[in-house]
Amino acid sequence: MDFFLSNILVIVCLFPAAGIVLLLFVPRESVRLVANLVAFVGFLISIPLVTHFNDPAYIDPETRMRFVVKASWIDAIGAQFYFGIDGISLLLILLTTLLGFLSILSSWSAITERVREYYCYFLLLQAGMLGVFMALDFVLFYVFWEVMLVPMYFIIGVWGGPRKLYAAIKFFLYTLAGSVLLLLGILALYFFQYSQTGVWSFDVLQMRNLGVPLDLQWWIFIAFFVGFAIKVPMFPFHTWLPDAHVEAPTAGSVILAAILLKMGTYGFVRFSLPILPEATLQSIPWLLLLSAIGIIYGALVAMMQKDMKKLVAYSSVSHLGFCMLGVFVVTPVGLEGGLLQMINHGISTGALFLIVGIVYERRHTRMIADYGGLSHVMPVYATVFLIMTMSSIGLPALNGFIGEFLVLQGVFAHPLYRLWAVPAVIGIVLGAAYMLWLYQRVMLGKNDKEENQNLTDLNLRELVTFVPLIILAFWIGLYPRPFLEYLHEPVNEVVQIVRPGEFSPLPTQTARQ
Amino acid sequence: MQELGTVYDVSRLLGDAAAIAPQLYLIIWSLGILCVDPLVAAPHKRPWSLSFSLAGLGFALLHLLSVWDLEAPPAAFNDTIILDSFARFFDALFLVGALLTVLVSYRYLDIERAQHSEYYALILLATSGMMFMAGALDLITLFIGLELMSISTYILVGMLRHSRRSNEGALKYFLLGAFSSGVILYGMSLLYGVTGTTYLREIGDALANLPSSGLVVLAIVLMTAGLCFKVAAAPFHMWVPDAYEGAPTAVTAFMSVAVKAAAFSIFFRIYYQAFRDERDLYLLALALIAMLTMTWGNLAAVTQSNVKRLLAYSSISHAGYVLMGLVAGGQFGLQASAVYLLAYTFMNLGIWAILILLRRGDIDGEQMEDFNGLFLRRPGISVLMVIFLLSLAGIPPLGGFIAKYFVFAAVIRTALESTGGIATPLAWLAVVGALNAVVALYYYLRIVKSMFFETESVDVPLSFSTGITVTLVVTAVLTILIGVYPQPFITLAEVASAPLI
Repeated sequence: MDFFLSNILVIVCLFPAAGIVLLLFVPRESVRLVANLVAFVGFLISIPLVTHFNDPAYIDPETRMRFVVKASWIDAIGAQFYFGIDGISLLLILLTTLLGFLSILSSWSAITERVREYYCYFLLLQAGMLGVFMALDFVLFYVFWEVMLVPMYFIIGVWGGPRKLYAAIKFFLYTLAGSVLLLLGILALYFFQYSQTGVWSFDVLQMRNLGVPLDLQWWIFIAFFVGFAIKVPMFPFHTWLPDAHVEAPTAGSVILAAILLKMGTYGFVRFSLPILPEATLQSIPWLLLLSAIGIIYGALVAMMQKDMKKLVAYSSVSHLGFCMLGVFVVTPVGLEGGLLQMINHGISTGALFLIVGIVYERRHTRMIADYGGLSHVMPVYATVFLIMTMSSIGLPALNGFIGEFLVLQGVFAHPLYRLWAVPAVIGIVLGAAYMLWLYQRVMLGKNDKEENQNLTDLNLRELVTFVPLIILAFWIGLYPRPFLEYLHEPVNEVVQIVRPGEFSPLPTQTARQ
Repeated sequence: MQELGTVYDVSRLLGDAAAIAPQLYLIIWSLGILCVDPLVAAPHKRPWSLSFSLAGLGFALLHLLSVWDLEAPPAAFNDTIILDSFARFFDALFLVGALLTVLVSYRYLDIERAQHSEYYALILLATSGMMFMAGALDLITLFIGLELMSISTYILVGMLRHSRRSNEGALKYFLLGAFSSGVILYGMSLLYGVTGTTYLREIGDALANLPSSGLVVLAIVLMTAGLCFKVAAAPFHMWVPDAYEGAPTAVTAFMSVAVKAAAFSIFFRIYYQAFRDERDLYLLALALIAMLTMTWGNLAAVTQSNVKRLLAYSSISHAGYVLMGLVAGGQFGLQASAVYLLAYTFMNLGIWAILILLRRGDIDGEQMEDFNGLFLRRPGISVLMVIFLLSLAGIPPLGGFIAKYFVFAAVIRTALESTGGIATPLAWLAVVGALNAVVALYYYLRIVKSMFFETESVDVPLSFSTGITVTLVVTAVLTILIGVYPQPFITLAEVASAPLI
């Protein structure tokens, strides 16, 4: 058990990759089952991360990182195999393992061609994403960051919609363009660190205390910004997103929205903010502006969509703008709200893509105009859809409310940036408008289309994919404290680095004891 | 150093021969091929020449490995040639490149009906020419090696006698190659005129003490232009697409890997030894050439529908990346270029091997459509192809990423450490290099698209052979290994770069 727990990060990350090897050798009929089992076990073995998170045996006393694994890798350049997580990564990792499993489960009947290949890509994607959230060495991080582009490219390109080729290549090229600039920024940081300390190292945590001069900080900040902002995506780098989300198969869209986008926001919180604090502080007004434009623009464009999936895709642009608003105001509550909103967006938008996928699988159309009055024939589906709509627009008692509330509270906490709450609130109103309008047009009214008369309601497997998401939505909505408590410590740390002494830290568990 | 007019002491011959032992093996075995060829009956010619060439390359490689860790013997033949770690690194690269080329050629030449013993002899001779280049300490030796390599390659390009394209490519390559050799020679004669010596180090010493004059600048310009031609850097790359497309694919593989690496080896020797104090003079120009090479090669590749031609342009752009190391300068710059060439050799050879696999029946395997639906019939080969292509594009964790990482790191390090006006152009060089990786990915993905996303395909079996299988295994393993555990390869490159500093 101790061996398992001390290497748990490596095991959780590489388990899906090992599953690929297994998948290559099982007979054709059982590929589906094995893939689902691998993903499910992958989720189960990530649970000890939560139960032993505060076990002092697995906390690195110096960095406060949990379950640290460190091994030498490329000595010549000082790159290490260095895994470790804090509360932020913990939530994202669990989101990844859970949604990874759910999206694989949701593909059970949707994917009929090249099944084995499909699951291989998915498991590879899973390993890549988990590595991104675990790596504390810049080179290692970059490796995972890029690796996961490849399977996503294939998932969109092979099983995607009519414009899949265009969407797949656009996704890959856009992200790569950001990544290579990110690499240059990493290198500049690396050489600066060497000139200061005389040690070749890519240790992310050590780079926090470098005191990079402001002009160099700016260059590195721009390089990082482009890399992460494309991934988030922030306005005006968002144009790959609608294409990729719409053309990807349902499970691909779920992963894209729920987890891939979070890699960008995670990058900002893990790297840009603590390593380049002065440049961050100086650029806050611009970052807030871009976030606010994203919120309003995404919401307005979503309202105009005739395609359900496109609507949900643009709503992502809007919601991610919300996350970024909370993150970039860099107040304790705002940052925490932004991070929680990332998880919330993963749950509700992931679920919404699944919801769109359900009717698409039955009717092979995503046009809103082709539906209407579905609640008459699919009552269970209507309930799930309603819950997730409410979660997405932030109805109290559901998760979206907590996230949005915290973000607004955080923005308000800073006297200079108080007014940025205005576009955010407008965004919430618009969000309610397009989501409710969507629900009304698809689910309510008379079921007057011939083809929609005999639609079947959710089957058991489909219902099972939604249950965990619904539970989480209510859990975070009614009792968010356990989730927020994981975030207090890293959030305090980041805020203290960026704005030393400006805000009183959030009360952490250790402080209370 | 020798006084002018000193007579070579014949008693030192045997000791000196050790410095060129690998070359001697190749020359002896290649002459053996030519002698045996008329003596054996036609059906036995093929296995004979194959085994002779494998023996020659194998012995040379074995010899190289047996002296690998020994201290370098002193420079031989009046200090004109040396087997230092730099030469050993490149020699090994050439030999492995040539070995794999011979392995993929055998079946391919049958298909093309161009099975000639001379082919193998010429590969061996070209390789020995390259090894003379990598070890040369003196302009004349260097030039002789260059010509031995070039002339052998001209003939190899035209090996498909009945193919128009092959003839056209060979003629173009020959005319432009001879012209560029002339340009290099002219530059050399100017250098000799200014400095009074042909030894690279002595030229460097002399230039350090000379005020920079128009003549020196002209000499550097001419040498650079000639060398850029040989490594296929823009704007001297015009021969590449035609020669690469026309040549037998195995020869194209050889040219894009070994011939290019050889040209780079003298590039490094000349710039690190003879022009070591003229960095201010050439740095900006070289940075521009690197940017132009990457961008031009990539943009031209985007529109190609012939994969051979596409890869020709892609190899131009890779020359630009290797040049980045030279621009960065210093030990780490050279190390970066060496790592790049090492990774490039394997990933590129792998691609060409797959292209040779696709040359089957009546299908020339060069068109983008010939790749259509390959995954559905040959998933293993397609996955290998994807690995090689992504490696060329610089996606981790593959060799190409480590290569790109090192050249970017070298340029950024120089930019950060340098003072004055050079930092900005170097930073731009890094940015242009990075963005070029995106353009490159675009056209590599076009091939991936054909293999994985198109479903209609012709069902003609691929032309497998033991040689190709071995080549694919070796190149794939090394491409992945360099990416996942690069430590030993970095050390190799580091040791290789030491003698030139």
